[in-house]
Amino acid sequence: MITSIRKLFINQKVIPICSLILGILFMMAIFAPWLAPNDPIAVNLVYKLQPPSWEFPLGTDHLGRCNFSRLLFGARISLGFAMLIFISSLVIGLIVGTFAGYKGGWVDQVLMRFCDGVMAFPSLILILGLVGIFGPGLPQVVLALMLVQWVYYARMFRGMVLSLKEQNFIAAAKISGSSQWKIIKNHIVPNVLPPLVVMGTLEMGWAIMDISAMSFLGLGVQPPTPEWGAMIHEGKSYIRTNPALMIYPGLMIMIVIVTFNLLGEALSERYGVKRDFKKE
Amino acid sequence: MSLLQVNEVTHSYGSRKFFNWKDRSKKILSNISLSIDEGTCLGLLGTSGAGKSTLGKVILGLERPQNGQVLFQGHDIYSSDKHIRQKIRRDLQAVFQDSYSSVNPRMTAERIIAEPLENYEKLTLAEQKRTVIELLERVGLSEEDLKKHPHQFSGGQLQRINIARAISLKPKLIVLDEAVSSLDMVNQTLILELLKELKADFGLSFLFITHDINAAYTISDRLGVLDKGELAELYDEKNQFFTSKHPVVNEMRDSILAGHPRFRSVRRA
Amino acid sequence: MSMLVREQSNVLQVRDLHVQVNSKNGAATLVQDINFELKRGKVLGLVGESGCGKTITSMSILQLLDQKTTKIGGSIELLGHELNGLSEKEMRKIRGKDIAFIMQNPMNAFTPVFTIGHQFIETIRSHTKWNKKQATELAIEALCQVNLPNPDKLLKYYPFQLSGGMLQRVMIAIAACLHPAVIIADEPTTALDVNNQKKVLYHLDKIRSEHGSAILLISHDLGVIAEMADEVAVMQNGRIVEKADVFQLFDKPQHEYTKKLLNARSVLPLDESFIHLA
Repeated sequence: MITSIRKLFINQKVIPICSLILGILFMMAIFAPWLAPNDPIAVNLVYKLQPPSWEFPLGTDHLGRCNFSRLLFGARISLGFAMLIFISSLVIGLIVGTFAGYKGGWVDQVLMRFCDGVMAFPSLILILGLVGIFGPGLPQVVLALMLVQWVYYARMFRGMVLSLKEQNFIAAAKISGSSQWKIIKNHIVPNVLPPLVVMGTLEMGWAIMDISAMSFLGLGVQPPTPEWGAMIHEGKSYIRTNPALMIYPGLMIMIVIVTFNLLGEALSERYGVKRDFKKE
Repeated sequence: MSLLQVNEVTHSYGSRKFFNWKDRSKKILSNISLSIDEGTCLGLLGTSGAGKSTLGKVILGLERPQNGQVLFQGHDIYSSDKHIRQKIRRDLQAVFQDSYSSVNPRMTAERIIAEPLENYEKLTLAEQKRTVIELLERVGLSEEDLKKHPHQFSGGQLQRINIARAISLKPKLIVLDEAVSSLDMVNQTLILELLKELKADFGLSFLFITHDINAAYTISDRLGVLDKGELAELYDEKNQFFTSKHPVVNEMRDSILAGHPRFRSVRRA
Repeated sequence: MSMLVREQSNVLQVRDLHVQVNSKNGAATLVQDINFELKRGKVLGLVGESGCGKTITSMSILQLLDQKTTKIGGSIELLGHELNGLSEKEMRKIRGKDIAFIMQNPMNAFTPVFTIGHQFIETIRSHTKWNKKQATELAIEALCQVNLPNPDKLLKYYPFQLSGGMLQRVMIAIAACLHPAVIIADEPTTALDVNNQKKVLYHLDKIRSEHGSAILLISHDLGVIAEMADEVAVMQNGRIVEKADVFQLFDKPQHEYTKKLLNARSVLPLDESFIHLA
């Protein structure tokens, strides 16, 4: 099915279409307070489980809250925290990986053995542990995901820096009298960034999944805060009578993740081709 | 006093690592001594694995040798004094074999050539641009190439850019590590011509490291032969290479292609 | 009688080869009016600067160019069969078996994750009905012929454990073991040390004399061409500008460009007596 979807997009068009969809989603998240017709957490049992109407475009949930408004505000949390996890683990990974790769020797060894240790530790156990200590909540989940994710970036950056270090232009820069800092800034970071954009788009999908999954299990976002995973969790008691309560947030999660993955794949294809071209 | 003096340099790779106590070091260079006078070119011949590139790195200050010293105008290039190191750095430049990997693919020709200037000369942007254009013209390229990226150049043109970067600070010595080996014959000849011209114009000295006997003979004043990390032979007069009885030199000479079908040895019939 | 006819006929005949590439900026011609033939047991040298279309020519013979973006015109006949326009599946049967290809960089020609033996035996088995044991025996025999020591041990090595010169000899062994009618050698010695050049050329020539393969030898190095070729075609900007017998080409070059190439040659003080000694 994925291939047929991808055929629809015909190569060149995937990137702009996906970017547009993501752009709209981010806009929705940012302008949620102005776009939302109702207060997402205002309980009104009189209007519970209403069908779609002008007042409630997607109907209401079991506590009479506006589904559409909740989806909009949910986007803020899913997209926002996924971004936070992505950027923070990226920055940590970039610093540690570049440093380890560039310095080499025992610095590299120590940092990489530490990364191996973190990688060997299952992320779910880490999250459960943090939740066990601090109680359920979004910050714990985000922190745990961050602590696990940066290791992958660090390893990736280290690998890229190691292969870049072999390139003569690093030696040429040293011979030209450039300082270590200038070499990292001008020669190493610009060359590791493009593959990173690709990896980042794929990672965003995962992060959104993870946050939603944790919220669904009741470990992440706590009611009444709207979050897609939590909304599915709340809606599951009404799966027979009002399946829409689960379908709406489920669809949102699907759209976001599929878009991120398609975008990531299209970007990696494009950059992959480009890199081969340069080798020629 | 020689411009460059290499005294009994010995070096090995892959010594101890953290969490890896087994000593697996391998000797790459042993007891190498040589010198280069101002305005001359020393050609260093050797097969792959002879330690040529490592010696080049040691001389360039990129790889501190375990023993021995490298003196540039009488100063140790690995000395602790930062000012001396900085000053030597200016006068000691390099051109490597793979012209593509020697330039950052994301930079324009202008930025590539300007990098040493940025570090050493306090030039305004306009002055810097003028200098870069002069350098481009000096190596046979033109102002139009200023904004081009590496993938828009051919291998020969990129090697010219590498040469332009190397001469931008008017150095005293350039280490040419297989600088023409990946080019085709016509471009090799053109680049060698260019290098000879630059040598005459600026009084440059070269250390020409290569496996290519033709190229080394064309450009060098003196020749050395490196074998398994040792300097097997060093001739003050390059023609001595053709009369030497050293077994390594013999093997090298045997491998020279005759260059004319009448004298060929692979197909006799 | 039929043997005699085959002996004399051309193994590979290229007529009016014309390659066009279509890009966003319109169509561009890469090579045009290429005509040559390879005879049994003979070597044709194809010489020129980088970017003159030598490699494009060899790729179009093997039909390895991207069919979506390039258009190959003209005819390429292998033993009387037209290759141009054959499907990928049919070409795959021909590549490696009837036409062997030796690439410039032996390091890139092997997959790093499999042993030499694995890749060697796979190649043999994909073109024959032999079982693993027979294929292994053939591989060992072929490695012996290119003077590689301990061939049975060598098969267990990974590509990175061998030097460039050794890998190139393995590649020649793979190319030779199926007795191809044509060997295309694209800069076979350029990536190698001087010391290995002659050895590789020597083994290439041995295959030619033993199996009668025709060789298309592509090189920018006139020294390599001089060692091997019977006939030489000089290429410039996608065209063959001069084609002549090797002795004639070196002694009496006709085209200006050929003279330029010859002038770019070595200046070593090698007198004839020295060369005969060597």
